[in-house]
Amino acid sequence: MFDDFLLRALAGGIGVALVAGPFGSFVVWRRLAYFGDTLAHSALLGVALGFLLHINLTLGIIAVCQLLAILLFFGQRQKQLASDTLLGIFSHGALSLGLVVLSFMEGIRVDLFAVLFGDILAIGLVDLSWIYGGGGLALAGLLWIWKPLLAITIHEDLARVEGVPVDRVNWAFLGLIALTVAVMMKVVGLLLVTSLLIIPAATARRFAWNPELMAILGSLIGCLAVVGGLYGSFTWDTPAGPSIVVAACGLFLLSFLLPNRLASSFSDR
Amino acid sequence: MSETDTLLELSDINLIRSRHHLLKQVNMKVERGEILTIIGPNGAGKTTLLRVALGLMPQTTGRVHRLPGITLGYMPQRLHIDPTFPLTVKRFFSMAGKNLTTKVLPLLKEVGAVHVLDSPLQSLSGGELQRVLLARALIRDPDLLMLDEPVQGVDVHGQVELYQLITRLRNERGCAVLMVSHDLHLVMAATDRVICLNRHICCSGTPDIVTNDPAYLELFGPLMVQHLAVYTHNKGHRPIGQDG
Repeated sequence: MFDDFLLRALAGGIGVALVAGPFGSFVVWRRLAYFGDTLAHSALLGVALGFLLHINLTLGIIAVCQLLAILLFFGQRQKQLASDTLLGIFSHGALSLGLVVLSFMEGIRVDLFAVLFGDILAIGLVDLSWIYGGGGLALAGLLWIWKPLLAITIHEDLARVEGVPVDRVNWAFLGLIALTVAVMMKVVGLLLVTSLLIIPAATARRFAWNPELMAILGSLIGCLAVVGGLYGSFTWDTPAGPSIVVAACGLFLLSFLLPNRLASSFSDR
Repeated sequence: MSETDTLLELSDINLIRSRHHLLKQVNMKVERGEILTIIGPNGAGKTTLLRVALGLMPQTTGRVHRLPGITLGYMPQRLHIDPTFPLTVKRFFSMAGKNLTTKVLPLLKEVGAVHVLDSPLQSLSGGELQRVLLARALIRDPDLLMLDEPVQGVDVHGQVELYQLITRLRNERGCAVLMVSHDLHLVMAATDRVICLNRHICCSGTPDIVTNDPAYLELFGPLMVQHLAVYTHNKGHRPIGQDG
């Protein structure tokens, strides 16, 4: 009864969820949700670039995300505009620019719904290799900088005094998260990428007593959401990407029913 | 005093940021084993000076010289860790480097905070957090402790205890201490020398000399002078920092 396309969807979704757990944890810890959104919104421009240069669309998305990450890094060094104002400008600017550029391109019909909300049921073998190749690369990179990145997340100056190469690690992290966002696009679309980063990680928080456990639980909860969402989508003929996010939200709510060992120590703050 | 007893020397430091002259012609030395406190009003550049001394902020002109091979311990002013970050005190210490786990318990004992070992960092009280940060600064056996407002967020009783703890740590370990404080009273009993900063150095010397310096009185105004009278009065009868 399981069709090939469903198996590919499952494999792609799980691959993305595995990558999203650890990166989502950092997004939550460092309050980068809006940053992730901004990167994701630039993906449309990447799609346009892909058509324009006749290259793989995922490659175009990766290129634009990386470029935007660099721009944001320098943009946030200035003190004239608050960080979220700057992100807002880039985020909606990139999304609108992407739409405008696409409208100029003759003879190209882009399935906007697929770009915005993902098209996991249409995942092919090439997409799968992007997800597992790019995602695996991102995870390996994150593992490489794991310790120094944790130290920077706790206190940047303290890490610097203790000899952590803060700038290099931050750069590496930016590059990796841009890669992750680009890889996740196919599954949940640019509007929902951030949700798959933060909802499983936030759910995992209640059961984790160290950073590593939170990252791993985040991955597992993400996988559950993918399986649940795809099942729902198959059963009730609902759009797959949004169904996965709905499943993730459902797990988040369900988690409040389970006893949690850390709630007491944090609730009195 | 020989050359190697100067752990840190700042010469003619100027710092200009977007046309604001934040530090003017600052000269400062920290000798081995001494406690030096930078005091000054808000916006005087105290934390900025400490950051320049730590190498966290490049100065516009001037020279920062640290004795080669010395270890620094740094206690930041604030520690904002997102409540979603699961981090116990024990793990926080293990982030400082490899093979340090055996040192954590003795260190927490030293600062009187053993009971928080397995607590999440975000659940600590102000005083406990300052003690943990102090212990963390000590973990690599520093020659020079750099403390940014070490008694911040602690009640007056706790402040006296923390200053006494810093003095005791210095006496037992022989490390030098460079700290920033905007408190003028309690800290005077806990320091060997004081630098009074208001973008430039207004005056410096032992607490006795500084508190009688006209520049000091002018900087902190009549209200502080009044408080000082109380302090001096107390000092005659019941020395505040006698635990030494």
